[in-house]
Amino acid sequence: MIEQILTPWRWQTLLTQWPTLLRAFLTTLEASVLALLLALVLGVIFGLMSTSHHRLPRVVARIYVEFFQNTPLMIQLFFVFFALPYVGVSLPAFACGVLCVGVYTGAYISEVVRAGIQSIPLGQFEAAHSQGFTYLQTMLLIILPQTARIILPPLVNQCVNLIKNTSVLAMIAGGDLMYVANNWATNGNASYGPAYLIIGVLYFLLCFPLSTWARRYEEKLQRQDTQRPAAGKEAAA
Amino acid sequence: MVKLVNVNKFFGDLHVLKDINLQVAEGEKLVIIGPSGSGKSTTVRCMNFLEEPTSGQVYIDGVQLTHKNKTELVRRSTAMVFQQFNLYPHKTVLENLTLAPIKLQKVPKAEAVERAYKYLDIVGLREKADSYPATLSGGQQQRVAIARALCSRAKIILFDEPTSALDPETVQEVLDVMIRLASEKNITMVIVTHEMGFARQVADRVIFMDAGRIVEEGPPEHFFTNPTEERTKAFLSKILR
Repeated sequence: MIEQILTPWRWQTLLTQWPTLLRAFLTTLEASVLALLLALVLGVIFGLMSTSHHRLPRVVARIYVEFFQNTPLMIQLFFVFFALPYVGVSLPAFACGVLCVGVYTGAYISEVVRAGIQSIPLGQFEAAHSQGFTYLQTMLLIILPQTARIILPPLVNQCVNLIKNTSVLAMIAGGDLMYVANNWATNGNASYGPAYLIIGVLYFLLCFPLSTWARRYEEKLQRQDTQRPAAGKEAAA
Repeated sequence: MVKLVNVNKFFGDLHVLKDINLQVAEGEKLVIIGPSGSGKSTTVRCMNFLEEPTSGQVYIDGVQLTHKNKTELVRRSTAMVFQQFNLYPHKTVLENLTLAPIKLQKVPKAEAVERAYKYLDIVGLREKADSYPATLSGGQQQRVAIARALCSRAKIILFDEPTSALDPETVQEVLDVMIRLASEKNITMVIVTHEMGFARQVADRVIFMDAGRIVEEGPPEHFFTNPTEERTKAFLSKILR
């Protein structure tokens, strides 16, 4: 691999195919955005369910989380892509990838949301109840906005994981970055060294700003919590 | 206005309210006192179903409060001021005051804002309208919480130890606001407090609770100078030193 990376002509052949690379990059980006939307929606719904006073929604949310957290994403993907067509459900590769990565990450996000909701003081729920807010209004107007501020850093980390996990699309010919790199690796030129290096850099460029931002934001929150009045003034300004 | 009939409340095996029968008249200022763990907070919390009684009934304006109608009935009739203020930290003072009127009572925004300023004037905090709760002192936060309760125009305001979490020097500013409020004829106030001087000043009637029961009740003059029950005497002698 090192030998390949140090060979200039391999880079040249590879870089002449930059439109393929760009298309793959956009596919990865698109899959990430769509899967993230799905994961957020599922995460909030199941996160709310797991903080319910009723047993049934709690149990359903628990099953969802445990099932998807404790089986490999790859198997979930293969199941949807290869097994479901036998019962008449046949999805294109891209849709399969978005669906699986979204549902998988949704399980993690729902745990983040649950922990966030549970960190809000009971008094906030009581104040909302004493004013006559319904459950849904309480959550949407009072609890979740406060939760969002706290859970943003772990949420962004989940987003970073999600972007990297879209690389499973390669296994079902999804046309993403990983898939293109695999193709290069196995075609006649066998330029896998430069190919994997390039897509590695591209994944890094997507993820690094996000995780850096999350870390900075978390540090800022910690600073605010240690000097409360100053934090308030900042927010007021 | 508010009526509790044979209310019992258990927390697990703990029997915290034992056959509470209690009626609050319209416009009455009722003060509930008693040692910690006597069930006084739980009693007021039953009045808006923050705690649902294990048995017994709660009536508001003659309507029985149930699990089904609680949101609607509580919204219309009661407001609560908490020991820990419980302002919404992500909203400004003004937003704290206008959220429920706008979202629940469908008051137009301009009118809700006008109403909010009116009550901020009453608690003396107009200039804090755009501040966030975290920037205010405890006493100021509690005054905002009182203004928030007033903004709902509820006829019944429940106070659950409103000064217990405050620094000593800010207690009086909150009590002053409540004393002013108590002069309003048409507001019904139920107040759990340890401030005896204040209780004596504003109460129409005082209730003493101990171990989940109402031990004694009566007008403040009688209650503080000439209590009948031994338990009341013992409590007062400790607290009025």
